[in-house]
Amino acid sequence: MTFLERTTDARKLRHWEGNMEADYIYTSGVAGERFFVALRDQGKMLASRCAACGLDYLPARLFCEDCFAELTEFVDVPQEGRVAALTVAHLDREGVRLSRPQVWAFVTFQGIRGGLVHRLLVPPGRARVGLAVRPKLKAREDRVGAITDIEGFEPVGS
Amino acid sequence: MKTVGVIGAGMTLFRRRLQETGKEMCFEATKMALDSAGLTRADVDMVVNGTAPDAFDGVHMKGEYLADGCGGYRKPYTRVFTGGGTGVFSTIAGWWHVASGLADVVLVVNEEKMSSCQPHPQSVFAHIWDPILDRPLKPNLVWIFAMEMNRYMHVHGVKKEDIARVAVKNKRNAVGHPCAQLADPNITVDDVLASEVMAWPVQRLDISPPSDGASAVVLASEDFIRRRKIKDRAWISGVGWCIDSTMWTDRDLYFPEYVARAAKQAYKMAKISDPRRQIDFAEPYDPFDYKELHHLEGLLLARKGEAPILTREGVTERDGDLPVCPSGGLMGVGNPIAATMGQKIGELFWQLTNQAGKRQIPQEVHTGVAQAWGDLMQYGSVVVMSS
Amino acid sequence: MSERITKWPGVELSAADLSEGKVTQTRFRPNAKYAWSAGEAMSRFLAELQDGRLIARTCHSCKRTLFPPRMFCEECFRPTDTWTYIQDTGTIETFSVSYLDTDAKRIPDPILVGVISLDGASPKMGMMHYFGEMTKEEIRIGMRVKAVWKPWEERRGSVLDIKYFAPLPEGKK
Repeated sequence: MTFLERTTDARKLRHWEGNMEADYIYTSGVAGERFFVALRDQGKMLASRCAACGLDYLPARLFCEDCFAELTEFVDVPQEGRVAALTVAHLDREGVRLSRPQVWAFVTFQGIRGGLVHRLLVPPGRARVGLAVRPKLKAREDRVGAITDIEGFEPVGS
Repeated sequence: MKTVGVIGAGMTLFRRRLQETGKEMCFEATKMALDSAGLTRADVDMVVNGTAPDAFDGVHMKGEYLADGCGGYRKPYTRVFTGGGTGVFSTIAGWWHVASGLADVVLVVNEEKMSSCQPHPQSVFAHIWDPILDRPLKPNLVWIFAMEMNRYMHVHGVKKEDIARVAVKNKRNAVGHPCAQLADPNITVDDVLASEVMAWPVQRLDISPPSDGASAVVLASEDFIRRRKIKDRAWISGVGWCIDSTMWTDRDLYFPEYVARAAKQAYKMAKISDPRRQIDFAEPYDPFDYKELHHLEGLLLARKGEAPILTREGVTERDGDLPVCPSGGLMGVGNPIAATMGQKIGELFWQLTNQAGKRQIPQEVHTGVAQAWGDLMQYGSVVVMSS
Repeated sequence: MSERITKWPGVELSAADLSEGKVTQTRFRPNAKYAWSAGEAMSRFLAELQDGRLIARTCHSCKRTLFPPRMFCEECFRPTDTWTYIQDTGTIETFSVSYLDTDAKRIPDPILVGVISLDGASPKMGMMHYFGEMTKEEIRIGMRVKAVWKPWEERRGSVLDIKYFAPLPEGKK
């Protein structure tokens, strides 16, 4: 059984505006702190080694989600990786058209489980899966310990 | 229905802000719980995660985000959420998994990272209010508690001194808790009464603070416990849960009817007909000191208006006739919403298996009740455990 | 617990650790704006507020006059039956004297706020609102109050079309 009255003139139905917004600060976490400090200070990426499972996880993490061991050993991620998947974005996060299309890629690394999503610094026409890439870092003084310390990935040999 | 026991528990420190991400906190508590039960993740059949609004951590679909840290990788996994009631309710949801016969071993992992929200988690609590009826008045969540506290004080003629005794008791009890955020061995009723007025009648020391933290318990079937010869276990003998109308302005706030209904459901299952006599100790939800009193009455452990008298007479002290919040409660240990499972279910487990260390109740205890409370004064979840 | 476990996990941070950038962190503010449909009952409720009136719904089954109005009775679980106006006078059921604003910042002059059960609705049916024209010493549970409305041209169809509830003038009940 439904309501006994129903407004049929849409102009009589009101709506109420508001938001569900707040400012957030996200800590990197215990493992994340190691990862981002290494990125900021040494310009390198770290993976977490799970000796029991024989896996090196990127991004670095405190624990192996499979065997549930606490991970304390870090290994360097090779500087060179490959584009495993990519997309070309034409709209920004708000749905507004970008002045220039942006290429985004999921980059994986030999012997490393996982990968990173980041900008691919090539024109859309040159973007392809399988491209060998390496991270382009901001200058040391501009790095703060965030994923944006990497500007993006550029083709090896650029 | 299968009989279900709690065989392990773990929790992180509760602090205003921790460095760990939500996932990492879950891992720390879960690993501790598994280690304490002598189990590995491979022994776990299913996982239940309990965590309160996504908006605290600032991560949408928080249950999915936390899954790895809860041991949920490639396992049957679900997140439950009943506001502040989650601290006890997630154990009830875990209980369903085992009591139904679907699982032998279930992890229940609760987490909250309130420090992410700036400038204060209060800003997010603002979204709990009705957008049309309440939010235009720019309310602060403390108003809700203040109005409920005022009504309770008015109906029974309760004085602030008697309510402040609860803050003192719990903050002192928390001195024995390794994870406590706000333990204070020296706090007095005068300290509480002299603290700044936030929203009268609520003063600063009447309130538990926002916290980061995680807690976990391991539930197992009776079969599993017998097969593995597990000695440290406490049985879940009764569960109950109930929600009231969202129209909180239509109710007389002096008595939590929904807590009483949840308690009756749990007591019936546990075959408890005289709770005051048959329950040895209680961990009611105490985000504010007056709430312990409000909930003791809702749990039918005190007659309406009697809880302040019992407190004044020392009945609810750890060495009293009915110890209440021997853990130190939320007032003493901290309030990371869902993770308060550590002081409620966790405490029942530790007390009933004689592992509570400095907090161990001196008299022998066989039956305890834990209760949590949530939403806009709507939700009650109750668990009875026995040794 | 205490005997067997020696290390309790958790790395504590201070507010300064974050504000001074001693640990790495990411900051973000979501863009999450809403236009909530008021629905049948609330649309009428808001329209009536703009006209300076309070409206309720009745359930003929439990015979309650429900305020705030709703299109279904949550107890009988059936649609409610008719609209009915209620009075803008009532009784203070509970209140708070708040020194906190909505962001938990301290304010020097307290806000008086609480729940008013309204005349004409079923017992205890009420709404939250501000109290005015009374001091924090004068406010008490049981006080009889009346809504003080904004002038017509300032009303928008909002609970704020009522400025606050003030003590009912002498001689009136």
